[in-house]
Amino acid sequence: MSIFAHPFMLHAFLAGTAIAAACGLAGYFLVLRAQVFTGDALSHVAFTGALAALAAGIDLRLGLFAATIAVAVGIGVLGTRGRADDVVIGNVFAWILGLGVFFLTLYTTSRSTANGTAGTSVLFGSIFGLSAEQAGIAVAVGAGIVVAVMLIARPLLFASLDEAVAAARGVPVRALGIGFLAIAGATAAEATQAVGALLLLGLLAAPAATAMLLTARPYRGLAISAGLAIAEMWAGLALAYAAPAMPPSFAIIAVAAAVYLAAFTGSRLGRPQAAAQRPPTAVIP
Amino acid sequence: MNPVFSWNLLADFRHMWAFPFMVNAFRAGVVVAVVAGLMGWFMVLRRQSFAGHTLAVAAFPGAAGATLIGISAAYGYFAFCGAAAVIIAAATRGRRSAGGLAAESALTGTVQALALACGLLFVALYKGFLNGTTALLFGSFLGITAGQVAVLAAAGAAVLAVLAVIGRPLLFASVDPDVAAARGVPVRLLSAAFLVLLGAAVAETAQITGALLVFALLVMPAATAQRLTARPLASVVLTVIIGWAVTWAGLIAAYYSPYPIGFYVTSFAFAVYLAAHIAATARYRRRRHVTLAAVPA
Repeated sequence: MSIFAHPFMLHAFLAGTAIAAACGLAGYFLVLRAQVFTGDALSHVAFTGALAALAAGIDLRLGLFAATIAVAVGIGVLGTRGRADDVVIGNVFAWILGLGVFFLTLYTTSRSTANGTAGTSVLFGSIFGLSAEQAGIAVAVGAGIVVAVMLIARPLLFASLDEAVAAARGVPVRALGIGFLAIAGATAAEATQAVGALLLLGLLAAPAATAMLLTARPYRGLAISAGLAIAEMWAGLALAYAAPAMPPSFAIIAVAAAVYLAAFTGSRLGRPQAAAQRPPTAVIP
Repeated sequence: MNPVFSWNLLADFRHMWAFPFMVNAFRAGVVVAVVAGLMGWFMVLRRQSFAGHTLAVAAFPGAAGATLIGISAAYGYFAFCGAAAVIIAAATRGRRSAGGLAAESALTGTVQALALACGLLFVALYKGFLNGTTALLFGSFLGITAGQVAVLAAAGAAVLAVLAVIGRPLLFASVDPDVAAARGVPVRLLSAAFLVLLGAAVAETAQITGALLVFALLVMPAATAQRLTARPLASVVLTVIIGWAVTWAGLIAAYYSPYPIGFYVTSFAFAVYLAAHIAATARYRRRRHVTLAAVPA
């Protein structure tokens, strides 16, 4: 019997593909711009946003997207040239996480209809629990993120690799940085539905880091990153289907980490000297 | 019966300390604040917040894994935080260029996600554990035993003893790695040793604060103190005082209200940080203003 005979698997694959593509593309730029820590912060904001929405009794996704995009833009505006200091980010997100705990308590103690596992599913995702409607929205949002990244890919690449020259050539470096962070925030909110607030960092960082180990060419890297993310998502979903004891979020992240480990070991073993000397940044085509 | 907070602190403390578990919580709070504050001070100085946060969340799979195989959670904490520290230290050695930074942060992020995913797997394998997940992630100050406080104090003393030995060269290597290396300080070895020590400190702290909130005690007091003064000794002392104060204030607030301690500790610490930030910015503005005014037109 085909695994697509189950509607929940079909929804998971559809939503998962869109989410993985968005994460692969946005993650590549996050890694390239050394902003993975910002992605980490946004994932914790996603938790607080979702719990705040639950505590207020509104749609969880509204809180997710509003919180992550607002904080992402805030980080971009406060930081110099669209990049914030990691100590500032750390302070802000440690507090936001504390707020999340507050909303979790508020939600579980005050609402009689409270679903006891809601906090856990926000933290760790529930991709097998997506309805057809939720999967449809996830696909639409994922496609929107992919299109947005593709539209700004060229100037953003220029601004990421050589900010000073890009600024001198008239590229709006600051606006691009803030715009990209807004996209990254939307990606974090989108991915929370699939793998959860705590694990989405793996989907952002691992495929992109693998792609950077495999190629120094940025467009090829972007394509590899998105392709890897989708393949890892599919492999993880299939693995979780084959071994029901394994949560799908774990399977997806484990596959992504294993592929990264393989690429990392390969790059170290293949060219021990070259790998140590050559910084894995991209080259402008 | 709900205890009510009176502004008579002496009476409040007498009331809270009538319960042995609260005495233990306050004792553990001191140990955790001092150890996390001192390690966090170096972490903030070295701009290793992301690595510190990753080590902190590795405490979650540690505790969940230890529960799953039925051993004391403390072993799990130290095993996972230590392992994460070794992996990050081994994989990032000698890469300090701009491109190296991107690769390093990507690796750290992957380690972090994998650690949390392992935690999720352990929780899923150990069925019926879901209610404990929140306590593991966000901490609980209830039910700390006197034995736990003693172990905590011993582990904390060990971490601080190692820090006292490597503290001076580590400060040198953190402030100016190039000059330190030229002067014969083993910068790379120190960097690896610091990460492992940070892992141990985090493993210890996480037992009280939960995996997700260790990071608050690491980064917030240290960042506040370093914002206020640039002198190393003064800011170290300030870090410990701030950490201590927010932990105890959080304990008091959590005792007298239905909301969790993590929320209070992070909120108090963030309020102090914000105040320090505003004060430092105002001082800087005023000074610059004075200097500009002093320059003849």
